[in-house]
Amino acid sequence: MIHFVLLVSRQGKVRLTKWYSPYSQKERTKVIRELTGLILTRGLKLCNFVEWRGYKVVYKRYASLYFCMCIDQDDNELEVLEIIHHYVETLDRYFGSVCELDLIFNFHKAYYILDELLLAGELQEPSKKIVARLIAGQDSLVEAAKEEANSISNIIAQATK
Amino acid sequence: MSSPSIMETLFQRTLEDLIKGFRLQLIGESAFISKAMEEIWKEIKSTNLQTKSIALQKLSYLGSLYFVDMSWSAFHCIECMSSPRFSQKRIGYVAVSQSFYDETPVLLLITNQLRKDLGNVNEFEAGLALDCLASIATVDLARDLTPNVFKLLGSSKIPLRKKAIGAILRVFEKYPDAVRVCFKRLVENLDSPDSRILSAVVGVFCELASRDPRSYLPLAPEFYRVLVDSKNNWVLIKILKIFAKLAALEPRVAKRIVEPVCEHMRRTGAKSLMFECIRTVVSSLSDYEAALKLAVSKIRELLGDEDANLKYLGLHALSVVARKQLWVVLENQEIVIKSLMDADANIRSESLRLVMAVISRSNVLDISRVLLSYGLKSDPGFCNEIIGSLLSACSHNLYEIVIDFDWYVSLLGEMSRIPHCQKGEEIKNQLIDIGMRVRDARSQLICVSRNLLIDPAFLGKPYLYGILCATAWVCGEYVEFSTNPTELVEALLQPRTSMLPPLIRAVYLQSVLKILIFCMYSHFQKWGSISFPSSHNLEGVLSESISKGTALESSDTLTSAQDDVFNPRKLRERIRLSFLLRRTDSVKSLLSNCCVIELALEPLLGTHEVEILERTRNVLGLIELIKQQIPDQLFPEEESLSREELEVWKLIRSMNDASCEELGPVSFTAQEKIRIPEGLVLEENLRELDLICGNLQPRSLSFFPQREERVDEWHDSEWRSREDLEPSNESMSLLVEHRKRHGLYYLPSSASNDYPLANDPRSGEHVPDETEDLVRLAAQSLAPKKKPNYSKPRPAVVRLDEGEATFPVVSNRSNSKYDLLSEVVHDVLQETNPMDKSSQKGKEKVRGDIPPGSKENLQDLVDPRREKLGSGKSKHRSHGKDRGHKIPQKVDGEKDENSERARKKGSHRHGRNKMRQRAEEQADLLAQTPDQIPDFLL
Repeated sequence: MIHFVLLVSRQGKVRLTKWYSPYSQKERTKVIRELTGLILTRGLKLCNFVEWRGYKVVYKRYASLYFCMCIDQDDNELEVLEIIHHYVETLDRYFGSVCELDLIFNFHKAYYILDELLLAGELQEPSKKIVARLIAGQDSLVEAAKEEANSISNIIAQATK
Repeated sequence: MSSPSIMETLFQRTLEDLIKGFRLQLIGESAFISKAMEEIWKEIKSTNLQTKSIALQKLSYLGSLYFVDMSWSAFHCIECMSSPRFSQKRIGYVAVSQSFYDETPVLLLITNQLRKDLGNVNEFEAGLALDCLASIATVDLARDLTPNVFKLLGSSKIPLRKKAIGAILRVFEKYPDAVRVCFKRLVENLDSPDSRILSAVVGVFCELASRDPRSYLPLAPEFYRVLVDSKNNWVLIKILKIFAKLAALEPRVAKRIVEPVCEHMRRTGAKSLMFECIRTVVSSLSDYEAALKLAVSKIRELLGDEDANLKYLGLHALSVVARKQLWVVLENQEIVIKSLMDADANIRSESLRLVMAVISRSNVLDISRVLLSYGLKSDPGFCNEIIGSLLSACSHNLYEIVIDFDWYVSLLGEMSRIPHCQKGEEIKNQLIDIGMRVRDARSQLICVSRNLLIDPAFLGKPYLYGILCATAWVCGEYVEFSTNPTELVEALLQPRTSMLPPLIRAVYLQSVLKILIFCMYSHFQKWGSISFPSSHNLEGVLSESISKGTALESSDTLTSAQDDVFNPRKLRERIRLSFLLRRTDSVKSLLSNCCVIELALEPLLGTHEVEILERTRNVLGLIELIKQQIPDQLFPEEESLSREELEVWKLIRSMNDASCEELGPVSFTAQEKIRIPEGLVLEENLRELDLICGNLQPRSLSFFPQREERVDEWHDSEWRSREDLEPSNESMSLLVEHRKRHGLYYLPSSASNDYPLANDPRSGEHVPDETEDLVRLAAQSLAPKKKPNYSKPRPAVVRLDEGEATFPVVSNRSNSKYDLLSEVVHDVLQETNPMDKSSQKGKEKVRGDIPPGSKENLQDLVDPRREKLGSGKSKHRSHGKDRGHKIPQKVDGEKDENSERARKKGSHRHGRNKMRQRAEEQADLLAQTPDQIPDFLL
């Protein structure tokens, strides 16, 4: 199973974290420190797997972002690479040629998309189209609520004038 | 709504504002975070849910990327979670699944909210609840919400059902009894035509089976159908993983799946699926030759690929095969050896692991040579990895693969000379260990030690001090194998030893003392045999010389002594004349030795290090004692000589006796064997000792035996009368002369520090530059030799009676929680069987789309229940052994099973404590009935 997902920029800035196994906040910072040291220093043409504390970390670099997933020893590394790619493509479809800035400003959305893709450390939705549809459905719910909220706040604002 | 909260709502910074602010901030990250936290702290207390949720969203942003503590916000999370609005609810749920742990105190409060949301008609909200449950479920939550999840497992909404399937994994883990309720429905989902459902459910089974494969053997037919029918790679990879586990347990499953697995391997274009097929074959189906050959050819494809990932995985697959089928590695050795020089450290270590897998008695010499030459060329990290794995491979099981210890000891010496060698500690241990265990290796050991000690360059490298310490000890302990003790003394006392840490220097000095004693002893032994042949001493001398084994000398004495009886005067004169010359010679060398030692040690008398000081004084005292005797002996007067000499002789002899007692390895259980005397009260807590000896530091030189201390003490008392000698003019001139002769050991007067490197790679005699050469060399070495031809047999290695090397293995007790889970799964499978079968039949009728072949397969495939009755007992037994202790509950016979189940039904509803109790009972059961192993598959 996937134990956690990390998105780290080339400069070592963390862009997204998601933990499927229990780690305390303290452990989390330590894990990230260790892994960024391990992964960011690796050359471009080297293989995408790193052995770490008895686990394997599969990473892939897209532009300036490293996508890392930590898996068990006997999991299929290539499959995880495909999951990473799958996630990137889903993001790409959602944002329209995604870049690091999209993920920085829409941190929570990247998070929701990941939640649709993975559950309890397992891939749960292999179809990009359906993920996109689900996210769109949620977005429309939120939009509707926002409009409502805006109208109320407008009313209040007018009332308090 | 009060007016401040309206203001807050209107002017609150959103998450986007926060992120933008972060990018523009000038006050430093931590200052900005603490400012933002202050804001959040205020806003989150707002009564307005919108304000609260945005504050929480900001907090979870900071919490997930900057690891700010979120535990204090637990209650606010719950408030947002229960909001009627989806956007706020979602923020609440995300924060909860991110920050809640099993210990979070308010966790109990969310049960109702979750239940409500799980039943929500809005699929998104129910999905949120499932997501949350999947990441934070506790025992209580899992128990209370099992019925709701069960309902969702049959939901008509595909996304919801899929999520419920994913979440069930965590529920099972926390609350195994949920299996009784949900398992059947979960299994039914395996038949789902929807590939997404299938993918989710196979994922769950894969995870379950990886923890305890045996429980899922009865589901093999269902899995098999998926394996044959599915076209989805995600699903196939997972199903292959399950089968890899099952096939290892049950040969008939293996036989069944070989064909489809090979078919997938041939057909698929996806590397991930192909690799999974390869892995399945090499790990579980390696007995099937055709499949293995196919897999090996695919591995070769991977190895030849440009892509580093595939290459790495190819090597990885090879190392799995290597456990059973070495020839596969030998076939691909060229690539393996070349990979030792790959740019990627992972690939390098993987190939190193492979090489280590094929190392054996017949090829260890060549492999070590190849590896060391690679090590010299690669970076320090990998070089040390190579040295480390060579050391551990060779020392494994008391140097099992080493036959020629002379070679191995030289190899250790060579390793120490490699620049950046960080394995000093291990080399040190092995040098000492071999010295103690392998008698025949000692002369070579002394030789290697001498070469290491004599090189002044080593003294400048702190990481080699451990090795030097060991070599110094070896030189002292086994000095009798040395050809030139004088040289050893000089090496041990060279000026640069002042760079050593005091404790190691103490070892050096102790070795000097031992060597000195040895020199004197052998000197006097020669002497003694000729110097007191007066008639009343004759017998004593004879037996002395014979027992000490100086064969040549003693036979001489014998004849001389016999002649002596007949013609005492004349013969005695003759012998004395002929030996006087030789004796003078040896006395001279002994004296010059003593002078060298004295000169080197005088300055140490001023040191503050107790260890050094004590040993220095010991040595100097001994020398003083000898010196008093020796001048007379050059031109001795007969009568006084023999008495005087006897005193020294006695002293030297007893000292030598003390130091030549052999040291052996000590069993790690040795201490346990000492019986505690009656009446001795042993305190559990030794804290009171701190009061007494809190200031004492434990001695780190643990391998010095007690007896040497005894010698020192004894000698010390003899030595009290010693007077300090001023360094005389004579000795100064000697020093100058010594410097002239052994300039190598002295620091250059210009004080520049340009010592030659210990092992300059450029000057290395045989570092082949071409990789090709190495590959060829390796090709020769890896090929199994027909008849290893050794000039001499393997020397005896001292081994203690009980297995000293096998440290008590931590018993491999599997987690009781998983035991519990598999127990329940087993129960459920037993119960649902008949139904399962009938429903399957019905389904088969409906499912007309199954290809006829697969249908046949389906029927042929082992059906555990059907075959259980007709099982052969003998087969049954043969499988019992390796099954061992894993799943105790399953091991009971059927009758036990029923009564067990009845009992369990009674205790079913009593929650956690009961469960724990049962786990304990289980352990008891396991202990009582280890050999009842019914196999419902056979």
